[in-house]
Amino acid sequence: MTITTSTESGTGVPLRPDALLQVRNLRKHFPITQGILFKRQVGAVKAVDGITFDIANGETLGLVGESGCGKSTAGRTIAKLLEPTSGNIIFNGADITGYSRSQMRPLRSEMQMIFQDPFSSLNPRHTVGTIVGAPYRVQGSLSDKDIKTRVQGLLERVGLNPEHYNRYPHEFSGGQRQRIGVARAIALQPKLIICDEPVSALDVSIQAQVVNLLEDLQSEFGIAYIFVAHDLSVVRHISDRVAVMYLGQIMELADRDTLYSQPRHPYTHSLLSAVPLPDPDSGSRRERILLTGDLPSPINPPSGCVFHTRCWKAQDRCKVEVPLVREISAGHQIACHFPEDRPVFGQGGQTIHGPAPTDQELAAQERDRDLARGGAVTGENIAHETELGWQKRQD
Amino acid sequence: MTQTIDSSASLPSAPPTSFLEVRDLHVTFPTDDGMVRSVDGLSFKVERGKTMGIVGESGSGKSVTSQAILGLHNSTRAQVSGQIWLDGEELVGKSSEEIRPLRGNKMAMIFQDPLSSLHPFYTIGDQIVEAYRVHNKVSKDVAKKRAIEMLDRVGIPNAAKRVDDYPHQFSGGMRQRVMIAMALVCDPQLLIADEPTTALDVTVQAQILDLMRDLQKEFNSAIILITHDLGVVAEIADDVTVMYGGRAVEQGSVRDVFYSPQMPYTWGLLASMPRLDRDRKGRLDPIPGNPPSLINLPNGCVFSPRCVYRDRVGAACVTDRPDLTPVSDTHRVRCHIPAEQSQRIWLNELNPNL
Repeated sequence: MTITTSTESGTGVPLRPDALLQVRNLRKHFPITQGILFKRQVGAVKAVDGITFDIANGETLGLVGESGCGKSTAGRTIAKLLEPTSGNIIFNGADITGYSRSQMRPLRSEMQMIFQDPFSSLNPRHTVGTIVGAPYRVQGSLSDKDIKTRVQGLLERVGLNPEHYNRYPHEFSGGQRQRIGVARAIALQPKLIICDEPVSALDVSIQAQVVNLLEDLQSEFGIAYIFVAHDLSVVRHISDRVAVMYLGQIMELADRDTLYSQPRHPYTHSLLSAVPLPDPDSGSRRERILLTGDLPSPINPPSGCVFHTRCWKAQDRCKVEVPLVREISAGHQIACHFPEDRPVFGQGGQTIHGPAPTDQELAAQERDRDLARGGAVTGENIAHETELGWQKRQD
Repeated sequence: MTQTIDSSASLPSAPPTSFLEVRDLHVTFPTDDGMVRSVDGLSFKVERGKTMGIVGESGSGKSVTSQAILGLHNSTRAQVSGQIWLDGEELVGKSSEEIRPLRGNKMAMIFQDPLSSLHPFYTIGDQIVEAYRVHNKVSKDVAKKRAIEMLDRVGIPNAAKRVDDYPHQFSGGMRQRVMIAMALVCDPQLLIADEPTTALDVTVQAQILDLMRDLQKEFNSAIILITHDLGVVAEIADDVTVMYGGRAVEQGSVRDVFYSPQMPYTWGLLASMPRLDRDRKGRLDPIPGNPPSLINLPNGCVFSPRCVYRDRVGAACVTDRPDLTPVSDTHRVRCHIPAEQSQRIWLNELNPNL
């Protein structure tokens, strides 16, 4: 496997050789199989379908989108918790796409993960000391005594009492548990942490505490974050650059201020206009874009631009021609044939409605539901079969 | 407990004029560790056609309140006292047989997680038909027509066909629409929505909030919206109750609470959330500490251990429990900081920095 250059990946995205992490045309498809003895593949859930981006040292990239857009799968595939279907992940100059588990192990000290649910991501039968000390034990370079001192230092750093070393996860509140998860992630001083919805299970006041902690740790240790979240305001607060995902693809990627003040993709506009603001009078001042229906099925994504079924600007071209990712200004990439020029919140009081789904689309959705129900979506078993033999059911 | 009985004895027993009036509601759960005071003296009113938003963190008593109104507490486990008047009828103390005809008929509830609150073995049609036939003596066919009509009304495409589908065949947003259809099938006058959009994406959330607003206009129902999302409250509520540690700490119209909040906890909530409509802040201002244990509530003001304005008042915060005192006709605040001073703090120190 060679490193794909920008032109090969079919995007106009310039390659940044100094980047800590380069993701090139990454795909993760989950096959749907039928049959018990002879498993036949009848389709695939295209969770991540060709994403490309870079992350520099110490930078935060926000990954936003609705549920089912593939943002969590993207995070997990980059951490190699899921085997990528195709594409390249280049971390620290080395192409880790095909690395085995044992090859990955030494790299785990440089790439860590924080999970969404602080209740299920900590083993209830292990003490906090065991949980936070686990990375050291796996790497096997420290004595037990040293581990304890380090762990207590870490607990103190994330704002927990070091004397709680011997307590169990159930003795802590949600916010404190998330701090334990953070302590475990920073134990080996990684260069990159993939945060998968780290604050969405927490109350507002606690959310702010954890966000501040993550920012402090970043400036102290120079960690780069991939911050996966659905909350657009938290993402704006913490990210340097933001990528908006829809049905496994990146629709728009720009630095934070550009994305939030001059978004160009209609989908970004509709996301921003849907966020309820804590300001009762804002409703009359701001334009609302109401999308109709749900996310189409990633088993059978729409032809052309994947967003065209819900886009109020869609024209015939959008239905047939896939918009390529292009750079419209320095660092601002967008995949759209007809970029939007209106100001973020538009003229007050107006409501734009997205197109209603056609009968054909509804029927197609139903077919995909049947397919997913009849077949089994399987995870890891075909990880390395890559793009060979994808076959869509022809009905 | 004596305090509870005294205070409820002093309450007026005359039926109120409001459609729903909760007076001095207490809900306590005796446990091995002590009394858990989940709701401690809560009062509010909701008129028909209006929406009351109840905001607070987990454990502040929001959901326990809604369950008390619906009479869902197990009387052997929970002690409910105070008064709940619904359309001139007192609900506290009624037996479950007396409440059952009201529940689902006069008052209905939408839960947060539609997947676990719908029965996976029955089609959604069956479930809506059942809810309708409990309260209306009609044939199955008539009830099914009504179910299809409701599904159509809440925006489910192809309702006549989808009525025979099972809950797992619907997406999250569509399931929440099914829940709303089921809740509204008997034309309830009071609708309690407990975190109705928390599990949904922003674009779908906008659709559901829009739907609730339309339906409220159409049916003229009173809505209690329980949420932790201040944005949702600002968008849809007419009045707001901010709860902390089982009590209302601030009550007022939505404009009172968002444009001139006077209680440090409300300030903390507003300051700790990043806002899309303001410039990005360098750092968020979280409320320090954790919510209190409901077994051992702090002395004095329940919020005092986490309050950064405590020093400006003095000892009263840790010794005396403040009352919910009116600062205007619509606005009531539970805080020792004098109203003028807290207005100054909000206008000069907090509002510019949000």
